[in-house]
Amino acid sequence: MSDAQNTTHEAIDEDRRDFIHIATAATAVAGAGALAYVFVDQMNAASDTKAASSLEVDVSKVPLGGEIRVLIGGKPFFIRHRTQAEISAAESVDVSTLPDPQTDDERLRPLPDGEYNRAILVTSGSCTHLGCVPVGPAQGNTGDFGGWYCPCHGSHYDTSGRIRRGPAPSNLPVPDYRYVSPTVINISL
Amino acid sequence: MSGHPSTYEPKTGFTKWLDSRLPIVRLAYDSFVDFPTPKNLNYWWTFGGILAVCLMTQILTGVVLAMHYTPTVDGAFASVERIMRDVPYGWLIRYIHANGASMFFLAVYIHMVRGLYYGSYKAPREVLWILGCVIFLLMMGTAFLGYVLPWGQMSYHGANVITGLIGAVPVVGDSIKAWLMGGPSIGNQTIQRFFSLHYLLPFMIAGVVILHIWALHVPGNNNPTGVEARKDKEGLKKDTVPFHPYYTIKDAFAIVVFLIIFAAFVFYAPNVLGHADNYIEANPLVTPAHIVPEWYLLPFYAILRAITFNIGPIDAKLLGVIAMFGSIAILFVLPWLDTSKVRSMRYRPIARQFFFGFVVAGLLLGWCGASNPDDPIIPMGEDQLVVTYTDANGLQATQTYEEYEPAAEFRDSRIEAGQEATIAIKKAPAFRFVHLAQILTLYYFAYFLVILPLLGLREKPKDEPASIHKAVLGNKDRAAPAPAE
Amino acid sequence: MNFLRFVSAGLGAIAVVASANAAGGALHAHGPEEGWAFEGPLGQLDMESVQRGYQVYREVCASCHSMRMLSYRNLGEPGGPFYDPEYPNANDNPLVKSFAAMDEILDTEPNDVGDYDYRPARTSDTFKAPYPNANAARAANGGALPPDLSVITKARHGGASYIYSLMTGYPSEEAISTVEIEAEVEAPAEGEEAAAPAGPTTETLIDPSRIEALSHGDHHYEGTLVQPVGQYYNPYMAGDTTAQWRGDPRHAPPGGFLAMPPQLTDGRVSYLDGTEATVEQMAKDVANFLQWAGEPKQSQRKSTGLAALIYLVILAVLLWFSFHRIWRKVDH
Repeated sequence: MSDAQNTTHEAIDEDRRDFIHIATAATAVAGAGALAYVFVDQMNAASDTKAASSLEVDVSKVPLGGEIRVLIGGKPFFIRHRTQAEISAAESVDVSTLPDPQTDDERLRPLPDGEYNRAILVTSGSCTHLGCVPVGPAQGNTGDFGGWYCPCHGSHYDTSGRIRRGPAPSNLPVPDYRYVSPTVINISL
Repeated sequence: MSGHPSTYEPKTGFTKWLDSRLPIVRLAYDSFVDFPTPKNLNYWWTFGGILAVCLMTQILTGVVLAMHYTPTVDGAFASVERIMRDVPYGWLIRYIHANGASMFFLAVYIHMVRGLYYGSYKAPREVLWILGCVIFLLMMGTAFLGYVLPWGQMSYHGANVITGLIGAVPVVGDSIKAWLMGGPSIGNQTIQRFFSLHYLLPFMIAGVVILHIWALHVPGNNNPTGVEARKDKEGLKKDTVPFHPYYTIKDAFAIVVFLIIFAAFVFYAPNVLGHADNYIEANPLVTPAHIVPEWYLLPFYAILRAITFNIGPIDAKLLGVIAMFGSIAILFVLPWLDTSKVRSMRYRPIARQFFFGFVVAGLLLGWCGASNPDDPIIPMGEDQLVVTYTDANGLQATQTYEEYEPAAEFRDSRIEAGQEATIAIKKAPAFRFVHLAQILTLYYFAYFLVILPLLGLREKPKDEPASIHKAVLGNKDRAAPAPAE
Repeated sequence: MNFLRFVSAGLGAIAVVASANAAGGALHAHGPEEGWAFEGPLGQLDMESVQRGYQVYREVCASCHSMRMLSYRNLGEPGGPFYDPEYPNANDNPLVKSFAAMDEILDTEPNDVGDYDYRPARTSDTFKAPYPNANAARAANGGALPPDLSVITKARHGGASYIYSLMTGYPSEEAISTVEIEAEVEAPAEGEEAAAPAGPTTETLIDPSRIEALSHGDHHYEGTLVQPVGQYYNPYMAGDTTAQWRGDPRHAPPGGFLAMPPQLTDGRVSYLDGTEATVEQMAKDVANFLQWAGEPKQSQRKSTGLAALIYLVILAVLLWFSFHRIWRKVDH
């Protein structure tokens, strides 16, 4: 065997060796990634937690001008029975002047027959600023706009749950809910 | 921790800066990259790395399980089933943790048996060996505590039996037992402290493992010949290779092969190493028919039950506890019991036979631990029937029969005569599991206390090779392929 | 020392130890003749059988046995018997919702005035329990507590085969006889009132030589078993028959007594899919259902395992080549 041949063999040898090591390392990294996914995914909501994230509420029991507060999966929600004056106040606002423009109708869900029950408003109960729970009619403070007032940093919400003044960036979100009958709603996260 | 002159040279500005403040890169480099390792280590030496993987696996999966587990009498069993059913990949993490305990012990036993065979406990590695024994002891404690947590029937009644052992200690036993359980029985308070301690102990194991590796790196690895690697520069170069990449790659290969076995259990036989009774929620009023610990504790359980006799003022129960703890304690003094100058059993033909006997005894003790001690292994004769009755004088008398019919006839005739009569079985003499366990226990202790001390003085060992390098070349000369070495 | 030989010997020892745990005193459980579809590394549950098994559970078992680890939604989750790819969220699956709505359960939350109302179950609820607590269950079953069936296949040696064997293993009619007990009139001892004739006047006898399952093998059981009142003999039940055995006490038949009378008779349920409801069919179906219920993630476990093992073998092969590359110039 000449020296030249020998060198060529060595070179090929080195190449193959590198390739095997790279393939091995890449395979090991892929496996580690799959394993990491398992350990990350286990912290996601478990299926029993997910299944418990819906609730049926009888809205006919909410007093006129008042609200009830419910927890779904640990999160607060407001269900408010608005007076005629409150409904008018919510509807008469010029939407274009609002920080987060939304009409009152956009914040309601239809009854089974397609009509709207404007007296019942369902919103999330966490202030969109930093998650405090605003005070409302039950606490005797509805803020400057008749809806809710967040005592943490002074956000005022109107009777449609829209942000009107204060640091909160957006309206109280409307949860995913539907009327299963004219008086019963099903709220789910 | 590296135990040899450092060869690390920081290259970049940052590593130079760091090295003069916290030489952690130097430590890692000297311990796990450049560390001179004998080049003739066989696959038995990969179990150290495998055990490191086992410990990390158990800690990682354990921390995850603790996120979902409820340490209460009412919630524990249901929370474990919730992990199995509702937590994303919870079934996988729990099965890894449960089978991981078995894999950990499988690996640690192989690791210890390797140390016994190649004399890795002998000077200058006594501290290394003793730290290993401490780890083993902590592992058994952790495993016991962990087994209580699912709150199944075996959890509860196994914990009852083990805490009962402590109650056998004279004078203070009962107080210690009540202190450990936090009350008169195993209850909510017990499961909460066991959970806390089960979380704590693995980190203590990790701490002792660091000491164990430190103690390894001072004298360096033993090797299959038991001949120390030469310390002079030339000899060191011939006898050793740097740990990386030579042993990192070999350990990695062995670890993945081990993981294949591990995965086969986790995915296809996740419950065979456990006990069905542990899927029945704990009920303090009903004890399962056969209380057995997990398989890895069976040999010690057999030693515990083998002692059925009193010696002087010490009763059998306490004696059993002493024997069981003694069987572990004896490992701590092993470096001073073995008197042989030769480390590796390769060059100790007689000791080698006794060693294999010891391994077989350990396995058979496991068999005894799993079996009912009164069950016969080799029956001697048939069971007989004994009719007990009151005779004409009103005294108790017995008659023995081989066959059932005459025995029944005799019994009925007595009853017709207005006497009381019953048939019972008189067990034939047999060689039972308890007898086997007694013989094996004797051998277990004799191996350490008699065989190793005496044999070391009397045995004539074979010639050891002059160096590792020579031994390796000798292998090549013989031309016979030496598989797996 | 040969590495592989030693490791395999160790694993063999573990297998011996594991099998040594098998329950004593009962006949070895067996599955149906055609075996179980879920057996083996690649075996998967026969979902139609699991569906029928749910029907058997509801119509037969559920009147005494709870399954408190199971929720209705589990039936429609991936790997469940009524999983429908159209409804990835089992809580929307109309079939599962209708199964839940068929059961009235006591609400866990109090109503406006603090009382607990009955309401139709929702998919997120656990299976309706037949009794409010263990004491009620014992009181209704002559002192015996019907075990919860959630993990029964994992909690018994033999698993699904044990369920199948137990349900089909009760002695048949011709092995059972009822005889009058001769009234033993004992003269009352001095100072005692004459005891009123108490206890049953008949006893139920079982002839083990006429039980098919016991006729295999070398054993012959000559004698009779006296069945205690409210107890039923089954050769697959773990227990001890010696005390009830009239015959050679060295050869008491295997098995034990349980408080559950034989449940399955031909046609006990009318299968919705038209399958003929023989005892064997129902036993097989309910065993399949309980096998699924014991570990709803078992099919996921097996498929994940296949991928994991293939991956590990590939990685091991690559590592072996890398290892030999690195070591090729070193004598060792």
